[in-house]
Amino acid sequence: MSVRRLDINQPDEFSFSKENERWAADQLKKYPKDKQASAVIPLLWRAQEQADGWLPEPAIRYVADLLAMPQIRVLEIATFYTMFNLSPVGRHFVQLCGTTPCWLRGAEDLKEVCRRVIGEPGQVREDGQFSWIEVECLGACVNAPMVQINADYYEDLTPESLEALLEDLAEGREVATGPQVERTNACPMGGPTTLLNGGAQRQTRSTPTRAPAKAKIKTLRKARKGGPDRLIEISGIGPKIENQLYELGIFHFDQVAAWTKADVAWINEQLRFKGRIEREGWIAQAKVLAKNAGGAS
Amino acid sequence: MLDDKDRIFRNLYGLEDWRLEGAKARGAWDGTKKLVEKGPEWIIDEVKASGLRGRGGAGFPTGLKWSFMPKPGGPRPHYLVVNADESEPGTCKDREIMRHDPHLLIEGCLYAGLAMNAHVAYIYVRGEFIRERERLQAAIDEAYAAKLIGKNNRFGWDFDVFVHHGAGAYICGEETALLESLEGKKGQPRLKPPFPANVGLYGAPTTVNNVESIAVVPDILRRGATWFAGLGRPNNTGTKLFCISGHVNNPCTVEEEMGVSLRELIDRHAGGVRGGWDNLLAVIPGGSSVPCLPSPACQSLHMDFDSLSALKSGLGTAAVIVMDQSTDIIRAIARLAYFYKHESCGQCTPCREGTGWMWRVLERMARGEAQKGEIDMLLDVTYQVEGHTICALGDAAAWPIQGLIRHFRHVIEERIDDHQARTSGTDAVRSAAE
Amino acid sequence: MPKLVIDGQEIEVEDGLTLIQACELAGVEIPRFCYHERLSIAGNCRMCLVEVAGMPKPVASCHMSVNDLRPGQDGSPPQIMTSTATVKKAREGVMEFLLINHPLDCPICDQGGECDLQDQAMAYGVDASRFALNKRAVEDKNIGPLIKTIMTRCIHCTRCVRFMTEVAGVEELGAIGRGEDMEITTYLERGMTSELSGNVIDLCPVGALTSKPYAFTARPWELRKTESIDAMDAVGSNIRIDSRGREVLRVLPRNHDDVNEEWISDKTRFIWDGLRTQRLDKPFVRRRGRLEPTSWDEALSAAAKRIKAAKPSRVAVLAGDLTGAEELFALKDLSKRLGVKSIDCRPAGSGLDPKLGRASYLFNTTIAGIDQCDAILFIGSNPRLEASVINARIRQRWRDGGLKVGLIGERSDLTYEYEFLGAGPQTLADLVKNKSGFYRALKSAKRPMIIVGETAVTRPDGKAVLALAAKLAGEVGAVTKNWSGFNVLHTGAGRVAGLDLGFVPSAEGKDAAAILDGVKKGRFDVVYLLGADEFDLKRGHDTFFIYQGSHGDRGAHLADVIFPGAAYTEKSATYLNTEGRPQMTARAVFPPGEAREDWTIIRALSDVLDQTLPYDTRAQLRAAMYRAVPHFAALDEIEPASSTALTALAKKRATMAKEPFGSAFGDFYLTNPIARASAIMGEMSALIAAGGEGATGTDG
Repeated sequence: MSVRRLDINQPDEFSFSKENERWAADQLKKYPKDKQASAVIPLLWRAQEQADGWLPEPAIRYVADLLAMPQIRVLEIATFYTMFNLSPVGRHFVQLCGTTPCWLRGAEDLKEVCRRVIGEPGQVREDGQFSWIEVECLGACVNAPMVQINADYYEDLTPESLEALLEDLAEGREVATGPQVERTNACPMGGPTTLLNGGAQRQTRSTPTRAPAKAKIKTLRKARKGGPDRLIEISGIGPKIENQLYELGIFHFDQVAAWTKADVAWINEQLRFKGRIEREGWIAQAKVLAKNAGGAS
Repeated sequence: MLDDKDRIFRNLYGLEDWRLEGAKARGAWDGTKKLVEKGPEWIIDEVKASGLRGRGGAGFPTGLKWSFMPKPGGPRPHYLVVNADESEPGTCKDREIMRHDPHLLIEGCLYAGLAMNAHVAYIYVRGEFIRERERLQAAIDEAYAAKLIGKNNRFGWDFDVFVHHGAGAYICGEETALLESLEGKKGQPRLKPPFPANVGLYGAPTTVNNVESIAVVPDILRRGATWFAGLGRPNNTGTKLFCISGHVNNPCTVEEEMGVSLRELIDRHAGGVRGGWDNLLAVIPGGSSVPCLPSPACQSLHMDFDSLSALKSGLGTAAVIVMDQSTDIIRAIARLAYFYKHESCGQCTPCREGTGWMWRVLERMARGEAQKGEIDMLLDVTYQVEGHTICALGDAAAWPIQGLIRHFRHVIEERIDDHQARTSGTDAVRSAAE
Repeated sequence: MPKLVIDGQEIEVEDGLTLIQACELAGVEIPRFCYHERLSIAGNCRMCLVEVAGMPKPVASCHMSVNDLRPGQDGSPPQIMTSTATVKKAREGVMEFLLINHPLDCPICDQGGECDLQDQAMAYGVDASRFALNKRAVEDKNIGPLIKTIMTRCIHCTRCVRFMTEVAGVEELGAIGRGEDMEITTYLERGMTSELSGNVIDLCPVGALTSKPYAFTARPWELRKTESIDAMDAVGSNIRIDSRGREVLRVLPRNHDDVNEEWISDKTRFIWDGLRTQRLDKPFVRRRGRLEPTSWDEALSAAAKRIKAAKPSRVAVLAGDLTGAEELFALKDLSKRLGVKSIDCRPAGSGLDPKLGRASYLFNTTIAGIDQCDAILFIGSNPRLEASVINARIRQRWRDGGLKVGLIGERSDLTYEYEFLGAGPQTLADLVKNKSGFYRALKSAKRPMIIVGETAVTRPDGKAVLALAAKLAGEVGAVTKNWSGFNVLHTGAGRVAGLDLGFVPSAEGKDAAAILDGVKKGRFDVVYLLGADEFDLKRGHDTFFIYQGSHGDRGAHLADVIFPGAAYTEKSATYLNTEGRPQMTARAVFPPGEAREDWTIIRALSDVLDQTLPYDTRAQLRAAMYRAVPHFAALDEIEPASSTALTALAKKRATMAKEPFGSAFGDFYLTNPIARASAIMGEMSALIAAGGEGATGTDG
């Protein structure tokens, strides 16, 4: 790596949107008077967000002026901290962790996927969808290997799951963040080894970790006329889960909307989830979607 | 195994509600008023008595650190700064605290702030942790709304907690680099002395603590120093979050007792070494900065500060990176060397120039292209970096390589021999030409 | 007073010293690159590591304070070792690291022969490198016409960045990127605009920042080094003139703690190409409207003829900014003998007057005194342009904290914060009348300074402004037994000597303004211009102009006779700086062609005029001059001026005009004939006019 340089093509000017202006003024309140330079990283970051994921040169000047800092000082910051992208990035900006813990678990293979699907690191794919770079440890080592795409982490990847993920993103499909295997966060695969009775200290609220064996869930043998609903419209359901639900006989929003607690537990069991349905509010979402679908037909 | 009732992070995996309601159900913010009323000295004494050592890697006694802050009454404000710039390869424990048990951290900040006479805390979260930052901010908003913190809160100690973030620089985990960054500068470590307790953030007395160090404080105060001190081993007390990554069947983060055996960590919690315990090649026991240990040293290894430093390694952040026999150990360490080269701030000579040199030589060694004499040269270069830099990044870059050469010199030599055997024909031509 | 043992030698040192300073006191040399006494401590090169007994790691001696050391367990003083195997190994290690990516291109490097890296590699390095990989290459940066960059040589000591940030106060340089990719640059490679930027060349311990105009010109060991004094402003910066043969090749600062410390302005440093061009190297006379070269005899007799023919009251003498005391003394002497009373060394309309007492025109606080002041009011002065080095000192004082600054006059960036009070004399009058606002700041200050600029007193109401400023100074306690806070900041190097010598019109004589007016109206037959180029004069009315000076500038264009004189680098002359400190230049090179040292020209003219001045040698002239003004003899010593004069001055009633104060000069880089002859100064002037962006066309 040589020094990171500003892109050759730069917009003429940059200024914060009204909303970001207000936000910036709010940020400054965090720091003592005359210490507004403290806000330089948050402000540059917000500028980068506003400018589609990269930091144009006029934004550096803009933030310098806003904070009454010499421009060279802000340029120093922009080039020192590697999260500031000095050239345009893809709509989905993939940062692939290549440090040893991820490397040990196959980050090199993921790089190959990126190379094949996206191209050379740092270059934006022709359709503008993707660009990728290798970054240093992202701090999700027990979920290695992993990538960060824009704000979210995608963990426990395999070359196949990464490729599927990229495809889903390109197609604009909803994707699940976090582990891409059946696992919750940093919990070991196959369930926790500790706190099997839940975390509440007095342990009065024990959450059942095993669902009842049988449920009276209403399933269908096949979709009703007009075909199945696009369950992926429920945030949290990706194409993979959608298929699994179809296989279980769940085709329609109103089915999901009607789930009881026991049903949820059963689905959780079937899909080897841990509380994900409640967390992501599938039922509430499905109710709305079912209503809309009904109204339309 | 640590008894469930002794666990502090009871929502480590986010299986339950992280919000204030859920946190309270797990005991957070319980009896805070009474604890606050006992006053700063009592808090510091309790933390001292608990034997808590800093969880950020260096293991400095937390209570003692707090006691270095000047007495109240000076003209300058005091600051608590929480180091959530978790970036040490292998380490991902603070992330879990921030996203699943944020209220423990916020509550801990209040006690720590009170103890050191600070009315303001900044939590410096690494830039990549965007979701974690949002989660933490949401929890802080809840705490403000519930008047747990802020001006005129329920406990009578005005206390603001602000979330600040970085933008991709490992060095900002070094406490003075973090302060520089928080002041809006490049994250380049400061010369010490003066130490932050005298001249810290904005030139004011400041204590920088790791997330985990702060987040365990509420439980220490609630359950008592003796409870915490009763866990673990002498001088290495309490519980600790361990991150087990690499070649294990079920990588995970888990809270265990200090001094737990490595084998128990790996076998019980992480599903064992891939291919079985005998397939173990080496372990980096405390995050990338500490020297690796070969499998013979891992057989009956206790995971605490003193046991590991006795083996010329360290507990560091308790991030266990496991490598099985399939690992190219030279490449594994070369990749770490690249990390340090990438993250060197460039301020002081040995680190700026040395990290690049060491990485490049290791790359050659990984390919077998080096000469055997370069092994000792590389070792010498690591000693030339170690101890000569402004901050500990130089040491951190040197130690993994020293560990590699100490335990796996034969692997490097074999690699060189192999390469020479493979290319001897061309080499002969070259030496003839010379 | 902590006690230390350094290499076995016990020494007691002052509190607050760093180990490197303590070692120096003990006579132990510590190698260093980043450390510089006048800059903040960076501690980044790690060359100065020493061993301290009881400390696990070697410590950076530039940073560790003697007070931070603990005595040994038996109470013995802390032990510092600088020559142990550990220290030797540490230094060799750092040296090796510095050199692995250094190009070692000494044979083509301008720093060669005066390079810290070279010297220390010889002294503390080893003879071979173990680094067999490719070296890092860094793109050069174009940062303006003055400083050449060869960035591959940079060792990242950040002295240049610290200088620009701390001393110059213009945050133009920075280190972008990080780790081994860190690079020193300006924002988008804009040209540096600070008038002190050249100092980074001296500070750079390697050949990364070198002088662009001097590039590939000479090796240091080929140069003759002459210690001298600068004449570009009234600071009297101590300089070293490096020359080869008849040419000045560069100008460097010399250290003088009480004057310029070790800084000089870019004008002082880079003026030297102007010493070669536009030079008057033979006498000229105007024939049929054209200046033609001639002999000294003819030139002198042509001038003498006209002088003799003119009535003394129709002869005027004006002296310019760069004149030395010797020629001023001689010319005044000659004028007196001729009965010429209209002589002046001040700009037209100046309110300064030797009759008001020395204290009324000196920088009485002294430059070093700035360090102690706690409030400053500028009246019509822009110290950044008029005396850049003094401005840096004020900035230093400001950085130390507790300094309040107010300004009446033109707003501009002085590199420190100040309160803008108003643009003209009315503001001053209000301040004195209302005794509010900044008046209170001055009043409550322990050691306030009033700094009056030349522009404030060079105007019709100049005397009034001066008087009111003196009144203010008296009222706010700026003039007491222990503190002289009334100051005039001059711009011309020769001015104070002229005022001290009384180079002003006597009773019936006309001053500069009246002379200019008289010339316009044809009331003078002969005007003698001694290096006087800044006056608004035109030919006409058959007035005969004699120009004596070094450059074919404005004065020469007017002239009927030209006497080619010597520039300040070509003569031994006395200059009094704005404090009234006499200092002497030395001749570094001979004047070109037939040009002569200035006093000898006047002496020769006096001969032709049958008014032979009674000194044949410079020594005799100086003896005569010292009889007239004895304090000129005490070189480098300031004769304090009595403050009673100020009390009298303060009582003078005066009315003031409404026009705001102007600026001393429009263009910092083009203030005198030498500067206007310099291509480098011209380039800088254009760069500033373009707002710093004219330097390069590259963006990023």
